[in-house]
Amino acid sequence: MGSTRTTGVPTKLTQGSKTKGGIGESTLRPDGTLKVTGEFAYSSDMWHEDMLWGQTLRSTVAHAEIVSIDVSKALAMDGVYAVMTYDDLPAEMKNYGLEIQDTPVLAHGKVRHHGEPVALVAADHPETARRAAAKIVVEYKELPLITDEASATAPDAVLVHEGRTDSHMSHVPHPNIVHRQPIIRGNAAEAAKKADVIVKGEYTFGMQDQAFLGPESGLAVPAEDGGVDLYVATQWLHSDLEQIAPVLGLPEEKVRMTLSGVGGAFGGREDISMQIHACLLALRTGKPVKIVYNRFESFFGHVHRHPAKLTYEHGATKDGKLTHMKCRIVLDGGAYASASPAVVGNASSLSVGPYVIDDVEIEAIALYTNNPPCGAMRGFGAVQACFAYEAQMDKLAAKLGMDPVELRQLNAMEQGTLLPTGQVVDSPAPVAEILRRVKSRPLPPERQWESSEGADVRQLPGGLSNTTHGEGVVRGVGYAVGIKNVGFSEGFDDYSTAKVRMEVINGEPVATVHTAMAEVGQGGVTVHAQIARTELGVNQVTIHPADTQVGSAGSSSASRQTYVTGGAVKNSCELVREKVLEIGRRKFGSYHPAWATAELLLEGGKVVTDGGEVLADLVDVLEDESVEIEAEWRHRPTEPFDLKTGQGNGHVQYSFAAHRAVVEVDTELGLVKVIELAVAQDVGKALNPLSVLGQIQGGTTQGLGVAVMEEIIVDPKTAKVKNPSFTDYLIPTILDTPTIPVDVLELADEHAPYGLRGIGEAPTLSSTPAVLAAIRNATGLELNKTPVRPEHLTGT
Amino acid sequence: MRVNFTVNGRQQEADDVWEGESLLYVLRERMGLPGSKNACEQGECGSCTVRLDGVPVCACLVAAGQVEGREVTTVEGLADYAKHRESAHPGGGCASGTCGTSLQDAQQWKAQGTDSQTGEGTTLSPIQQAFIDAGAVQCGFCTPGLLIAADEMLERNPQPTDADIREALSGNLCRCTGYEKILDAVRLAAARQDRQGLQEGAV
Amino acid sequence: MDFLRPASWEEALAAKAEHPTAVPIAGGTDVMVEINFDHRRPEYLLDLNRVVELREWEVGEETVRLGASVPYTQIMEELRTELPGLALASHTVASPQIRNRGGVGGNLGTASPAGDAHPALLAAGCEVEVESVRGSRLIPIDDFYTGVKRNALAEDELIRAVHIKKADGPQQYSKVGTRNAMVIAVCAFGIALHPETRTVRTGIGSAAPTPIRAKVAEEFLNAALDEGGFWESKKIITPSIAKQFAELASGAANPIDDVRGTASYRRHAVGIMARRTLGWTWESYRGKGRSIEGVA
Repeated sequence: MGSTRTTGVPTKLTQGSKTKGGIGESTLRPDGTLKVTGEFAYSSDMWHEDMLWGQTLRSTVAHAEIVSIDVSKALAMDGVYAVMTYDDLPAEMKNYGLEIQDTPVLAHGKVRHHGEPVALVAADHPETARRAAAKIVVEYKELPLITDEASATAPDAVLVHEGRTDSHMSHVPHPNIVHRQPIIRGNAAEAAKKADVIVKGEYTFGMQDQAFLGPESGLAVPAEDGGVDLYVATQWLHSDLEQIAPVLGLPEEKVRMTLSGVGGAFGGREDISMQIHACLLALRTGKPVKIVYNRFESFFGHVHRHPAKLTYEHGATKDGKLTHMKCRIVLDGGAYASASPAVVGNASSLSVGPYVIDDVEIEAIALYTNNPPCGAMRGFGAVQACFAYEAQMDKLAAKLGMDPVELRQLNAMEQGTLLPTGQVVDSPAPVAEILRRVKSRPLPPERQWESSEGADVRQLPGGLSNTTHGEGVVRGVGYAVGIKNVGFSEGFDDYSTAKVRMEVINGEPVATVHTAMAEVGQGGVTVHAQIARTELGVNQVTIHPADTQVGSAGSSSASRQTYVTGGAVKNSCELVREKVLEIGRRKFGSYHPAWATAELLLEGGKVVTDGGEVLADLVDVLEDESVEIEAEWRHRPTEPFDLKTGQGNGHVQYSFAAHRAVVEVDTELGLVKVIELAVAQDVGKALNPLSVLGQIQGGTTQGLGVAVMEEIIVDPKTAKVKNPSFTDYLIPTILDTPTIPVDVLELADEHAPYGLRGIGEAPTLSSTPAVLAAIRNATGLELNKTPVRPEHLTGT
Repeated sequence: MRVNFTVNGRQQEADDVWEGESLLYVLRERMGLPGSKNACEQGECGSCTVRLDGVPVCACLVAAGQVEGREVTTVEGLADYAKHRESAHPGGGCASGTCGTSLQDAQQWKAQGTDSQTGEGTTLSPIQQAFIDAGAVQCGFCTPGLLIAADEMLERNPQPTDADIREALSGNLCRCTGYEKILDAVRLAAARQDRQGLQEGAV
Repeated sequence: MDFLRPASWEEALAAKAEHPTAVPIAGGTDVMVEINFDHRRPEYLLDLNRVVELREWEVGEETVRLGASVPYTQIMEELRTELPGLALASHTVASPQIRNRGGVGGNLGTASPAGDAHPALLAAGCEVEVESVRGSRLIPIDDFYTGVKRNALAEDELIRAVHIKKADGPQQYSKVGTRNAMVIAVCAFGIALHPETRTVRTGIGSAAPTPIRAKVAEEFLNAALDEGGFWESKKIITPSIAKQFAELASGAANPIDDVRGTASYRRHAVGIMARRTLGWTWESYRGKGRSIEGVA
């Protein structure tokens, strides 16, 4: 895997033993066998006797008043058990939302985007439900469309949301702006005078879809107590619960959620999709209701990555020192707020990239429009900025006649650097080093498509489509590096909860770890077992299914779960260990002085001293006692950014990755084949090296996708989605994905559990601009938009 | 309508099937075999790949009525399928794709349960084991389809090049892994198969 | 919806005669997508999987009679020599799973301009054998496509087979998509050299309301090759001839803007593919094809 350690603060275990299967080993997934045999129960696999199928009727227009809804024909159909509209909602609360409760459970008087849920049907077969939904007659009166910044902020602009009362309303310049975050540090105008060269650019980032493979789905089962049991795929059970219970008119304890198998997430499951709808239908009909979106509906069922327009200006002295940066980032949040405010915070605070620039003038806003709602996706605001500032670095290097990697290294931030928000980077920031590593890697051989039998088209742009046998093909190489914050920022109380129990089962000490962490594929369940083994010295660890019977774990997003829930598991294990040792001292303390004097560890099922002397078997210590502790754990607090200056210690940790992309471009047809995408990333401490590689390679590939093919295309005239299918929204196949060699650095962050660093998102940031840089290198074109289309490369 | 066919060597019957239902729906919702996955339902992701009379197909694009009297192998039956192939043709493949379960074996077929979350005690096919060992499984939603496709490729082409693997799996999307570990898994399964073949050849 | 399961070709024809609105389903790769996504609810589905003849082919003296349901996988693996252009086109169809199910009959029945087989069929030259209880007839491919997703079939007719001329010279096929596998054509181009008749035929996909031939380009090239004595001399085709052929091919396209590509890109790409595929086939004709053929 090419993993190498480097100089810097060595990673050391803060506690723990050398028990087999502990942290640092590539232990295998506990759910692996179930997943390869087809027995792992995903949310779409749920089944219940007598269950009904739910179907959602969605708006066919983007912005309209609902004049009337006639459900009578649908209700009259055989096999239909319920039809529901806004008027049937049971509680006072009729909206939900991650931060701002602006999203109606079912459209109320108005639809604000194409595909907004208008009505629900429950029927005995999915086809019956579909036919019934098709019989619901909705009369719309179309309203003017807000589709971009100009139409959103025009003097006579229609307001997407009338009468806003949210906390951002007081500081935004227009009600069609969700949130605005400026960051001012130093004096950019003054510093610009010191610049020998200045480069400006306008960049466009397309709307990316998470395209997780398991569509939104779940099963709601009405319970005898008037409550409901919900089996669902989500990223954050407790956040869902907080949004679901009020609109059902139920106390939270009557909505019991269990995490079902999650077929990927990538931010697309942070928001509510079918959860409330299934519960409503189940409570209405008294029967279990299953809802499964198909791929078409899935494109309307979750928020997407914010498309963005970014305007940048950088200056540098002739020897390459950055003088200043000004930027303006406009994110299209679509019809509902979702995570837009936090995305704005990230985009603005990370807009400078991993560079030292003292004088900056930054503004980021998110718009309300009638486009599809946008929110969380892997990289969360930092992705769009990275695409733009890295393009700027290459432009600047070209103008200075410098090597683009050298320019980056010259200005690279390091531990101790001040961010534009005034916050000190207080853990390793090996930006120059990771660039050096990807650059020093040997380049893949040229013309690998040539074989004795002719050109192997699988190795060429166009692939199996047989468009070139080498004609027009030019190689390009490009670099990029990025910075992503880890965990929730801006003063959010970011905590997790872990319940850990230790007991003897069948003559063996066993730990049970219970958290509400959503295992979305990332391997948190693997790591939790490793942590428990390391801290408690047991071999057997049972991972309890995630549900709402334990405290919140926070979201499986922001690269935070191994840090925060991993930290919570570690913390609870430590507390359990103390209890176990207390029991040991009580029972055996008098037999050996070391019980009182030595540092004691749990290792290989035994209590041992730090010198390695065995004091007791855990089986004898525990006997029939069990020790169980549920405890919350939180990382260092952060602060909100000042609304005028953007100053504040807003982030808790950063993650850095660098990429080198090698591409081959068919310059005549404008088709691209990425040959290699080399990565170097600092992970602090690789708790599970195999999973680390999987995260880095997966994140890299999503970045590749949005570089060359992925975009949800919204018709600017109608605000309708034009390609809601896997036929026309393309994600990379195995033939589009190159070799991804990974160089892993482990420089401990002393503030984090085991020194680890959140890893999931950083590789998604720099992958895209590296590919773009390589294509620019091959073609000499400016390319200010991603994804790059053949039209852009051929000027057609 | 009623549909009769063989799934993983066992005769199955589905009643009251709506004529527009796909094989995928029948497997998942009527036969309790949800292993084949419903990711796109338009033949653009491969998550529902099953073998129909030995041939890998997208179950979402086979009308339920079209499988009348035919044989289907799903991920739930993959380990068994691989075992029978191995005993029928040790160390070798089965190019015809017809070496499924014999009628006699089919009558003895039993669903095998797992005894814990880690699935200890479950017998796996070499490709299934390789996917676990190589870290090719993350969310796992693409995994069943990839396993069927990869197993069939190794049956036809026991020593594939990387380009062969990529081509054979180009109809199976994965959103989590970036495919590197999937390539590793297929290489691993091929190498293990090769080694086993050599050992048996040497005896 | 009713599901009709004829056990033989005769039964299939009878069923189609009785239910002219019945939608034939073979590989299912078009029909099932429409059903799954609720785009279509036919009154009858007519399953052709049990009609064995549809999955068979016969290699004759002049032509290959290719059953409508012979899967693309078999065409690309077993008919490379006789039908090289169609074999290449088959290899670009969707994914291995789809190629295992889909056949030329589906492409012809759907008659989408994006069907991958069309340019290869147009370039090779073929006749579509259609049949009803009233009898059988052969429709020349040039008369087969009658409009966007429309063909020359009568409502009681089914596609039995395609009679494709066996290759008498090199053939090539290229398709532009924005992904390196499993992609619908942005546009496609097929070319076949016919040394026996000293003609070149072409086919263009996804760049007009129907699949079309670039007839003006063909006529130009046929005349230029003839006048220059290229067929005999096997000389390298001069760049100016190749360029003009490409421009005329591009000019034959009559594409639209859609999510998959712009009209002007399609026109451009058809020209590039025309020039490249002409180069590949001609080099092959000159006997220097070894390093020219794409392999995969």
